[in-house]
Amino acid sequence: MIKRFLRWMPNFWALLFLAVPVMGVATFVLADRYNIWLPRDVSEHGRTIDQLFYFILYLTGVVFIVTEVVLFYFAWKYEAKQNTKPVEFSHGSHSLEVVWTILPAVTLLFIAIYQMDAWAAAKMRPPEIPFTCEVTGRQFNWDFRYPGPDNVLYTPDDIVRTDGNLYLPYGEEVLLKITSADVLHSFFLPNLRLKQDVIPGMDQKMWFRATDGGSFDIVCAELCGWGHYKMKGRIHLLKPEEYQAKLEELRQEQNTMRVAETK
Amino acid sequence: MSTVPYDHQHEAHGHAAHGHGHSPSFLSTYVFSLDHKIIGLQFLFSTLIWFIVGGMLALGVRWQLAWPWSPMPILGNLVGHAEGGQIPPETYTMLVTMHATVMIFFVIIPVLAGAFGNFLIPLMIGADDMAFPTLNMLSYWFMWPAFMVIGASFFVEGGAAQSGWTSYPPLSALFNAAPGSGTGQTLWLVGVTFVGVSSMMGSVNYMTTIIQMRAPGMTMFRLPMTIWAMFITATLQAFALPVLTAAGFMQVTDRLLGTGFFLADGATANNMAAQAGGGQPLLWQHLFWFYSHPAVYIMILPAMGMVSDMLSCFSRKPLFGYKPMVYSIAGIAGLGFIVWGHHMFVSGMNPALGLTFMVSTMMIALPSAIKTFNWLGTMWGGKIQFTTPMLFSIAFVSMFIIGGLSGIFMAATPVDIFIHDTYYIVAHFHYVLFTGTAMAVLGAIYFWFPKMFGRMMNDSWGKVHFFLTFVLMNCVFFPMHILGMRGFPRRLADPYHYDTFRDLMPLNQFMSWCAFMLVGVQIIFVINFFWSIFFGPRAGRNPWHANGLEWQAPSPPGHGNFDFQPVIYRGPYEYGSPEVDVDYYPQTQPPTGREVPPPKH
Ligand code: HEM
Ligand SMILES: [Cu+2]
Ligand SMILES: [Cu+2]
Repeated sequence: MIKRFLRWMPNFWALLFLAVPVMGVATFVLADRYNIWLPRDVSEHGRTIDQLFYFILYLTGVVFIVTEVVLFYFAWKYEAKQNTKPVEFSHGSHSLEVVWTILPAVTLLFIAIYQMDAWAAAKMRPPEIPFTCEVTGRQFNWDFRYPGPDNVLYTPDDIVRTDGNLYLPYGEEVLLKITSADVLHSFFLPNLRLKQDVIPGMDQKMWFRATDGGSFDIVCAELCGWGHYKMKGRIHLLKPEEYQAKLEELRQEQNTMRVAETK
Repeated sequence: MSTVPYDHQHEAHGHAAHGHGHSPSFLSTYVFSLDHKIIGLQFLFSTLIWFIVGGMLALGVRWQLAWPWSPMPILGNLVGHAEGGQIPPETYTMLVTMHATVMIFFVIIPVLAGAFGNFLIPLMIGADDMAFPTLNMLSYWFMWPAFMVIGASFFVEGGAAQSGWTSYPPLSALFNAAPGSGTGQTLWLVGVTFVGVSSMMGSVNYMTTIIQMRAPGMTMFRLPMTIWAMFITATLQAFALPVLTAAGFMQVTDRLLGTGFFLADGATANNMAAQAGGGQPLLWQHLFWFYSHPAVYIMILPAMGMVSDMLSCFSRKPLFGYKPMVYSIAGIAGLGFIVWGHHMFVSGMNPALGLTFMVSTMMIALPSAIKTFNWLGTMWGGKIQFTTPMLFSIAFVSMFIIGGLSGIFMAATPVDIFIHDTYYIVAHFHYVLFTGTAMAVLGAIYFWFPKMFGRMMNDSWGKVHFFLTFVLMNCVFFPMHILGMRGFPRRLADPYHYDTFRDLMPLNQFMSWCAFMLVGVQIIFVINFFWSIFFGPRAGRNPWHANGLEWQAPSPPGHGNFDFQPVIYRGPYEYGSPEVDVDYYPQTQPPTGREVPPPKH
């Protein structure tokens, strides 16, 4: 039955391979349409990363379609029963080989150089400002420590929060110090296009300027034990004034708690 | 220089025959066999069994992602320590870890090098066995402690390892970091070390055999691509593996003897007391990926070699650009050693290193591109026969294009900040490893089956198997790219715990349905495989009209492989040569003008 079907439709296999680029393109178009796409970006350098993403997507998209269609075309045209011409007895072509070595080499090198600056901006040029907050990952929670009015961490006026809510201002540059108390975690802010593994014994910096307010998930992206899935936090981006007010509120709260404890 | 003296061949033969000749018992013929073909088949059967185990573990993962916390029918009670069929989070992490471990260390690496390397190398170079048959046998039997240790780890207290197949410390090094960081993790390290010992024995043997045992006339540049790939893979193994073994040993001492290679000062877990410190968790990542990045090429180069052979054979046309193909494999291997850092872009490694790793990683895409173009060039102008192995080979090329291109996103460091450790990565490596390598392996089984068992597999059922596998695996793995672009992280027991990902559940359910069917349709293959061993139509020496040396030997070949002394006159890809009337020109056929016995089939 299979044999009869294939005799009736000799190009079946070629068409199956054509389905690959069709599926690929269709999936991406549908994903865009149904909003299963890059999450909303609310950071400045996130825009650069998204642009780079689209640049590579279009570039590889073209290569993908062209090579897959060529594959289909060859499978269609040179099927043994339909190709009556004698086989092209060729061991290769030196000039073609040179062309398709140099072209991709130049393109790849271009991509590499083109994005160096974005990488350096995201990971190599921290702003020279005091830390806005210290983030500590522990099994299975994110703890936050704000320096308080004196802008210095680990002084008595620090505000310490262990409820997984991180408050930060938008429109301003912020600098986070991140570390871990036990195993590796990864501080991932999808909507800010930021991710940094958190390592015990190592202090790292992370910085960004958010462009818009809102509350978003903080995700742990490095397997950190059985509770990895529930190591969720929330980041709340507030107007600078609101942020200051919120900090003040947290400080009051902490003070009343301290007073309550000492009684 | 490159040919082996005739008498050396006889010496080797005499030696090999010695091992078998005296005790033709069942044990020495089929169990502790020194014959490379039997050892190859032993590897093949073992890996197929573990492939089923690995598949079952994947189903557990997929069940939880589609219907989190709901009891899993049948498998739920079997897989790990599920209670009432429900998968608790620690079991989920175990499933992810062990699925990947099994697939990588027990399926893909041993099936390529162990099964096909063993079976094909002597046959394709015209030798009568491996250079060191006893070492070869040991390389198979050293897999058994690994099989048993890992198998046992599912049943120890706390369950099997749960720190991911990358086993990053401190999670893996601290006893109290997770339920499975107890005995399960130690057994994991021991098991992986045994696999390493086995691979090491294999690679020494492959390198020596290919350099020393080639038949007269088989120059290096007349070797089939399969052999070139195996040769370079063996070299990669030999240089990279000791690093993993050493690192694994260091992790064992961290765990058992209280050293602190990978532990920072003052690290605790689960609020327990601190352990010895003074080390660096990143050191493990460097050492681990120094092996495991080359290892991903160990998992694809032999597949590329076999696909090159199959594509040329069923296009009835010479391989396009033989030498560039060889050089690009060598290029991949060379660059493979200096790109490991691309697994560590967001790990906390010095960002300046990220820049250098990014450039070298981009460059490693180049030889892969050259190979793809050459495969297309091979099909161009041919007379393509859509046999089952050919379909799998074309599928390999088609899927490798996807896997290769998606790698460019990850090589671009700023983009990788976002997609690292999301499902985008899972999509990428499944396109390379599953829809790529595993496709090539299935194709190769259909292709060399007649040589292994003297019978043909059923082609029509092969095509049904191919079609369903091809469609379903794309349904399972392609949407993973989309999940990854949403930032959907991997290894989460319940991703819907996050608000951002809640609406991705229906897509995950679709993928899981397809995954269950994908595993289901492999039954067609299993039945076809075993049925054909006993009842398949008999194959002659050369059922595909191929050129390679192995097709001149009897099917299946007896001890010593060849019933004549092979002498090689040309490369393996002279299909459609105008010099002869038929469209193939076997490597052993003397140049025209001489009387040649007609090929038997
Ligand atoms: C039926 C076929 C398969 C299915 C449905 C499947 C599914 C999965 C799933 C759902 C994961 C979990 C990803 C995560 O949460 O991190 C995974 C991980 C993985 N799979 Fe597969 N897989 C299949 C076959 C294979 C094969 C053939 C290989 C190897 C050649 C493989 C290698 C891996 C690896 C390396 C991981 C990474 C695990 C990690 O590091 O977290 N899989 N697979
Ligand atoms: Cu975590
Ligand atoms: Cu985590």
